[in-house]
Amino acid sequence: MSSEFRLPALGADMDDGTILEWHVAPGSRVKRGDVVAVVETDKGAIDVEIFMDGVVHELVVAPGTRIPVGTVIATIDAEDAAPAPSLTPSPAPAGEGRGEGSSSSPSSTERLKVSPAARRRARELHVDVEALTGTGPGGAITVEDVERVQPTEKGGMREAIAAAMSRSKREIPHYYLSTTIDVTPATEWLAAHNAAAPVAERLLFAALIVKSVALACRELEGFSGFHRDGRYEQSTAVHVGVAVALRGGGLVAPAIMDTADKPLAALMDDFRALVTRARAGRLRASELAAPTIILTSLGEASVEAVFPIIQPPQVAIVGAGAVVERPWVVGGKVVPRQVLTLSLGADHRVTDGRLGAQFLARIAARLQSPASL
Amino acid sequence: MSGTRITYREAVKQALREALHADPRVFLMGEDVGKYGGCFAVSKGLLDEFGEARIRDTPLSESAFVGAGIGAALGGLRPIVEVMTVNFSLLALDQIVNTAATLSHMSGGQFHVPVVIRMATGAGRQLAAQHSHSLEAWYAHVPGLRVVEPATIDDARGMLRAALASPDPVIIFEPISLYNMDGELTDAAAAVRLEGARVHRAGRDVTLVTYGASLWRCVTAADTLAADGIEAEIIDLRSLRPLDDATVLASVHRTRRVVIVDEGWRTGSLAAEVGLRIVEQGFYDLDAPVARVCAEEVPIPYPKHLEDAALPGPERIVATVRRLFSDVQ
Repeated sequence: MSSEFRLPALGADMDDGTILEWHVAPGSRVKRGDVVAVVETDKGAIDVEIFMDGVVHELVVAPGTRIPVGTVIATIDAEDAAPAPSLTPSPAPAGEGRGEGSSSSPSSTERLKVSPAARRRARELHVDVEALTGTGPGGAITVEDVERVQPTEKGGMREAIAAAMSRSKREIPHYYLSTTIDVTPATEWLAAHNAAAPVAERLLFAALIVKSVALACRELEGFSGFHRDGRYEQSTAVHVGVAVALRGGGLVAPAIMDTADKPLAALMDDFRALVTRARAGRLRASELAAPTIILTSLGEASVEAVFPIIQPPQVAIVGAGAVVERPWVVGGKVVPRQVLTLSLGADHRVTDGRLGAQFLARIAARLQSPASL
Repeated sequence: MSGTRITYREAVKQALREALHADPRVFLMGEDVGKYGGCFAVSKGLLDEFGEARIRDTPLSESAFVGAGIGAALGGLRPIVEVMTVNFSLLALDQIVNTAATLSHMSGGQFHVPVVIRMATGAGRQLAAQHSHSLEAWYAHVPGLRVVEPATIDDARGMLRAALASPDPVIIFEPISLYNMDGELTDAAAAVRLEGARVHRAGRDVTLVTYGASLWRCVTAADTLAADGIEAEIIDLRSLRPLDDATVLASVHRTRRVVIVDEGWRTGSLAAEVGLRIVEQGFYDLDAPVARVCAEEVPIPYPKHLEDAALPGPERIVATVRRLFSDVQ
């Protein structure tokens, strides 16, 4: 049984696209989130992620063909029922696909080599072995490879977090501010947007906060940059790091690059991909070093306020609690509203509370007009 | 007897003397064990000490004198039969496999065969193909036999006592290349047991399972690996039948990688048996394929360089271990 993979809308206003190249060939094993093709849209070339797991059965649309959104572009066999890959794949896509896409993943017919011990360890730690690169004999994935991406509590990540946070609390004179704001307009806008969008394009509230933080960084100096060798340097680019909790414990905060310049849809795509790759242990070192400021959102953990600790050498960190319904005074009347508590941990060597208050206010203001984000 | 340095040969001789003194039913027989003092000089001097009734030279007929030993055991004595090398023991295979190993079973436990058969095994002394083979696996295949191979001074000194205490036939293999090895004899020799493997050296990264003379090849290899930061754990099997699976599997559970080093030929080897037991019982502990280093599948050559090349030397062990960690050499 094959499933149909249709050309997704890669932006709210996208009606059609042109397949530029395939990253997979018939027989390639794919999993949800893999980039399978590059599609030219009026916003440029965009990587298309697949939303299902399985084995590519057929590539229906050849590169160079312009097709409307929703057209079946490939068929995918469910992984378990996958037949042997066709011996006569359609020539053009297969040829190009192999050259591009298969470098980091095993070739389509080769079974992924995972040692029995690594497989068991991966199951214990909920690590996806398909996303790992093996360093064992014959490129096999070993226990070390699994644990490298998912360090146990005893492991290196715990120590790294301990070192960074100890240094932060030792060296950085933090000041903390917080404000609770009415985000009802933003939640309503988001609900309307998501109701109309396919699953793959739905936005998370966190994406709105990320974008708002990025824009506020553009407007006020002193929050997006680095304190090194006794001096503060404002970063010209704004890369907001998003704290991602890992399933085995620990967390990472990779950057959404050039956050302020990205439309929400692209930002959300990046956000989603970052979380996926963070949990698969496939982050690039540059992404971990890039953030100029971090957003840590503990909304999913049902806390209302976060008092975040700055990650050196950054100078500020924004915390977001859960969006909760509370009695709120609007126009002299108490009404139920959706509210959010934003907090700021900032470096007193660089800024003072007054500027910090303005920074939080700018973020809050942006959140009031989500359509313009 | 603690703390003294003696040779493996001397340890075996001390064991023989102790056994002969301890029990009047014990006697030694075999080719050239008396007047000549033993082909490998193990029993030198024993004829003078114990006399012809207890140190008996035999005709060159392995089948006859091993059979006589089995009969003596059935008759209530505690014979120690020395067969010059495992190669020659093939002439006595019928007596050992069809008689010694079966009588307890066939008599419903009425007749035990408490015979101890010692034989030299292995290569390394340029004795050529008819005196150098390692056929331990052939005997380890047979139910009804106990098969041991002391690789250390303590085991050489202590295993004979334990073997004589066994109601079943015990084959003791003595590696030819170890007779001249010297080492410290410790108090542990007094408490040596017949069964069970032993962790000879602890390590966390890879398990080397071995027995006999290959134990010392593994020690050399482990020293080399340690310089590269790979800590090898070495397990001396000691008992080849029955095999001690628990000790091996516990080690593999810790290290997740295993190399079996066996002076026998690869095909149908003890290494194959040990390896498959690990796969059967410890599959989910493995982080790399089970690997083996065995003798090359040729009759052991006479020339020194070819004999060395045919044996599972330290360089081959080191190279095999490294391949378990990465493709990168």
